[in-house]
Order: sequence, then C-alpha cells, then structure tokens
Amino acid sequence: MSTLDTTTSRPLAEGTFEDRVGAATQAAYRIRHHALNMGEVQGQGYVGQALGAADILATVYTSQLTFRAGEPDWEGRDRFLLSTGHYAIGHYAALAEAGIIPVGELESYGSDDSRLPMSGMSTYTPGMEISGGSLGHGLSIAVGTVLGLRHQGSGARVFNFLSDGELDEGSTWEAAMGAHHHQLGNLTAMVDINALQADGRTDTVLRTEPLTEKWQAFGWYVQRVDGNNTAALLEAFDNAAANAKPHGQPSVILCDTKVGRGVPLLEDREKAHFMRIEEHEWQLCRDQLSNGYERTAL
Amino acid sequence: MATTLAPANKPKTSAMIASFADPGQKTSPAPFGHALAKAAEADQRIVGLTADLGKYTDMHIFARQHPDRFFQMGMAEQLLFGAAAGMAQTGLIPFASTYSVFAARRAYDFLCLDIAEPNLNVNIVGGLPGLTTGYGPSHQATEDMAIFRGMPNLTIVDPCDSVDIEQAVPQLAASDGPTYLRLLRGNVPTVLDEYDYTFELGKAKVLRGGTDVVLVSSGLMTMRALQAAQALEAHKVDAAVVHTPTIKPFDSATVLAELAGDRLALTLENHTVVGGLFETVASAVVTAGLNKRVVPIGLPDAFLDAGALPTLHDRYGLSVARIVGKVLAELG
Repeated sequence: MSTLDTTTSRPLAEGTFEDRVGAATQAAYRIRHHALNMGEVQGQGYVGQALGAADILATVYTSQLTFRAGEPDWEGRDRFLLSTGHYAIGHYAALAEAGIIPVGELESYGSDDSRLPMSGMSTYTPGMEISGGSLGHGLSIAVGTVLGLRHQGSGARVFNFLSDGELDEGSTWEAAMGAHHHQLGNLTAMVDINALQADGRTDTVLRTEPLTEKWQAFGWYVQRVDGNNTAALLEAFDNAAANAKPHGQPSVILCDTKVGRGVPLLEDREKAHFMRIEEHEWQLCRDQLSNGYERTAL
Repeated sequence: MATTLAPANKPKTSAMIASFADPGQKTSPAPFGHALAKAAEADQRIVGLTADLGKYTDMHIFARQHPDRFFQMGMAEQLLFGAAAGMAQTGLIPFASTYSVFAARRAYDFLCLDIAEPNLNVNIVGGLPGLTTGYGPSHQATEDMAIFRGMPNLTIVDPCDSVDIEQAVPQLAASDGPTYLRLLRGNVPTVLDEYDYTFELGKAKVLRGGTDVVLVSSGLMTMRALQAAQALEAHKVDAAVVHTPTIKPFDSATVLAELAGDRLALTLENHTVVGGLFETVASAVVTAGLNKRVVPIGLPDAFLDAGALPTLHDRYGLSVARIVGKVLAELG
C-alpha cells in the first residue's frame, strides 16, 4: 500500500463502505455529465465508452489512487495508465473530477492546440501517464513502472486500464506473464469488458473468453464484477488493495460494462465503437442521465 | 578403404565462422558488458534488461556484476521495450538488449510510441546488426538503420570496435532521449586505439588523411576502410578515412568538408545501401547543393544468403579485397 501524505495529498473518500460507494457514484455521475458535454462540443466522440467506464474510473479515483492534484508528477503518486487512448474522454473527465485539470478545460477536448487530444497522450495532459492508443502497450509499460518503483524502494501502486478488445493483442499476454514472473503485487489491471470492438461484437471479431480462466492461468488474482455497480467495484478494488504488496500476485478486475450506460437512448442504440449522436439529442442524453440518477436517489 | 574428406577440405559452415575479426587480430572480450557494468558503478540509475539474449548480447557480464539491477524479460520483445519505457518513467536509465532484427522489426511500435515519442532515456542495444551472422534473413538486420532513421528523437550509433563501444556506453547513458546501439559482441576487434581518436556522440572524425580518395564509413566497415586504405598504398593510392559512428543526428559539417574537393568519394556501411549511411551522406550532399558523386559500398537491396561470414562479406562486397577492387575500378 502506498503511503498517504494527508497534508498534501488529495484525500481519498472516507467513511463507511456505503459513504465511499456514494462518493464513487456521485463522481461517476459527474464524469458521465462531463463526457456528454465534451462529446457535444465535437458533435461526436467516444461517449459510449466513457459512459460505460465511468463507474470504474470514478471508483479508482475516489477510493484507490494516492496523488497530489496540484503536483501531478509527484514521485510518490500511484500511477494510472490508460492503455485505451480513445477512452481519454472519460479519463479527462475523471482528471477534472480529481482536480488535476480544470473542469472548464474539458470543452477543449479534441480541438486544435488543446491539452486534451482525442487519443490520450502523456506529453499533452497532466495526470496522463502514458501515450495509449496503439493497443496492447499499457500493461507492458505498467510492468516496467512497477519494477522501477519497487527497485527504488517505492511502495506506490500502478493501475492499468485495458479493454477487452485490447486483449486481442499478444503483447498484453507477454506483459501478463511478465507481471506474474516478477511477482508484481503492486500492479492492478482492470479490463473494461463491453464486448464491443471496432468491427463489431468481441465474440464475432476475436473470441477472448473465458477471461477469468485465462487470467488465472497466467497467475493473476482475478475478480469479475459488474463494472457498472460502484459497490461491486469498490469491494473488488478494496480486495485488490488488501492483496497488494511489493512481491506478490498481480491483480486483475474484469469489469462487465454496458456501452452508453446511464443514458437509455444510447444504451439501446445500435452498438458502435464510434457512436453518432445527433445535435438535438445531447440535451436529451443529459436529461436521461440526470433522471436516472434522481430515480436512484442520488 | 573408405575415403573421407580431411577437415581442412570440409566446407565452411556459418556456425564455425561467425566472427568478423581477422585471424590474430587484437580483440577485447565483451566490451559492451564491461562498459555497462562500469558505467553502472558511477550511475545508480542504470539498469539492464534483455529478452532471453543476455548471454548473446554481452548483457550477462553486467548481470553478473549487478544482479539486482538486471531484469530478465523473457523472449518477449514488446514487453522488453514497454517495460524499459516504464522503468525510465520512474527515473531509471535502462539498457535493453536483444537482436537488432527483433528490436527493429518486431518491437518497432513499442520503441516508437512508448520510448521515442515521450523522449525517454532508454538505450536500445541490438546484436547482430547488418551482416554479422551467417544465419540468413531471420537474424541479419540488414535494414535496421533504414527502419530506425525515420523515428523522431532516436539517436543511432554504429560503433567500429571495442574502443568505440567502451567510450560510447557512458555517453549514451548520459544523453537525454533514446538511443540505438548497433552492438558488436563477443571478442570485438580493437582498432581505433592506434589512432588519435575519441568517441564523441554526434561527431564524425577524420582518422587518416589522403589525397586521392575519401572513404566515409561507420561500424565495422571503418575497420575495413582503414585496412583498405593501407592496402591501397601498394597501388600508390592515398585514401582518407572519415568515421561516422553516429548516424543520427549526423555530423554533416565534418563529412561535407571532406567531400568538398575532387577526391573520389565512397561510403562504406554494414547495411543495405537503402536508407543507411549512403543515403544519409547523399541527402547531406544534395541539401548542401554540393555537386559531388558518391559511390556506395554496402549490402545489396536483397535478402542475403546464409553461410560463413568471410564468404558472405566477400560475396557482398564488404571484404577488404572487394573494397580495394572497387576503389581501383572507380579510379580507372
């Protein structure tokens, strides 16, 4: 576990388990709201992925990561590595939610000279640890990051966000073997299983299941949860945290999610990697998102 | 009585002759491994990684002396370079070794996006560059420089001998950004100690002057150029040798100054004539508006044969005899 410097670090959500679930749920709502606003500016974007992954991002940022919002390069920070560069829209929203980038900057998403390009890059954005986008890189970089931190006596943890489509890449499995071989107990991977990739449903493009058995066979501590349920996610991430140590089993949390989650209009739309949303639909999306959260008494 | 071939008459095999050192030549054992181990004593940030080729890239010397700073990544080159990037991001200075073919061909995307784009100080060490093995195209990285020259931020070093390697390693570690070293491994010839020479990253050096011919060379071909220049003396031909161990960024100023006169100019490289030293020099010449013919000596644009190195070097024009012949033919 990383050492939390409570004087200068942004404090993690405190209180009971229910309080922490509540904090994650509220953050997930705001991340979704930000993502819709960012998508509207461009008239397009990876909104479906951001909505689907919002609960994962919110849970990690509110309950797991130690960092300093005003000092994103602080060497004691836990690292969050986004492999799937096109999920940057959701990650930027999470970074804004975490106070690392201003909320007002989000509307520059994808624009010329913005610090928030369509595909996430470390050279552009504070808090973005790697340049993802060419899929299958993140877990390899994560392995080296954990090795480097452990070698230098740091207890910081490293989190890697992957997608199920990305598991097609053989390099992901090279890294999975390497993490187990080197006993990288401070590594936690999460896989957004939305069962969708660029050319269609994952089970029609390249079958990746059975995922639990695959990761177990590679020597990882595996949990599979409803990735749109913040309570289930928090429990899984807490389990991974309890399991984390410099020399130990790496953890993976397999998160089953729904593209467009939280906005019924988009949940029911034909699933597409790059979702088209008409100009008049954005407000409808926001209304559906708010109504849904109000119904669950947020 | 059964007739058998005497050993001396048996055909040579690639496994038997895999060194480019001349018989009896002065050599130094595993200069890279020793230089890295020494540099690591001075700089605690240096670490070594390999992809199941530690013994074959001289990384085992470093691993033996600094076992806690050596990381075996298995036969997984994408992981090797991705992990090296991750380590560099934590402040370490990784040297990551494999064969040049695997670095350049298999792991290009990882070198490019994980290391070169964020401009990390990762030092890529590639064994068997160009034609330094008789195993055929699977192992012969005849186009590694052509592949790598297009990668922004990457410094490319093609050392001649053990002197170059020993002096280059600490400079590679000290320089910001990624580097690619064309490794010469095992018993590596020691040549440049007989010249008034020190390796300087980014600099070309005139090793000897000459009034008739100028040979611009890198890598092991500088050794051959020096030998050829010596052999040409018997033909009353005076040849200069300019050594360009850093291919990128290229020291155009030094090379162009040597090409300015009317001497016959040749480039010599252990690499295909496509995309390596010759085209680097040609580009510098054209860009400067120099009206100068340059003759390339290098490997053909082809997948090369398997066989014994001396045979292959002669076949493809890298041997001293072939260089001398080419120069004399050009001089008419």
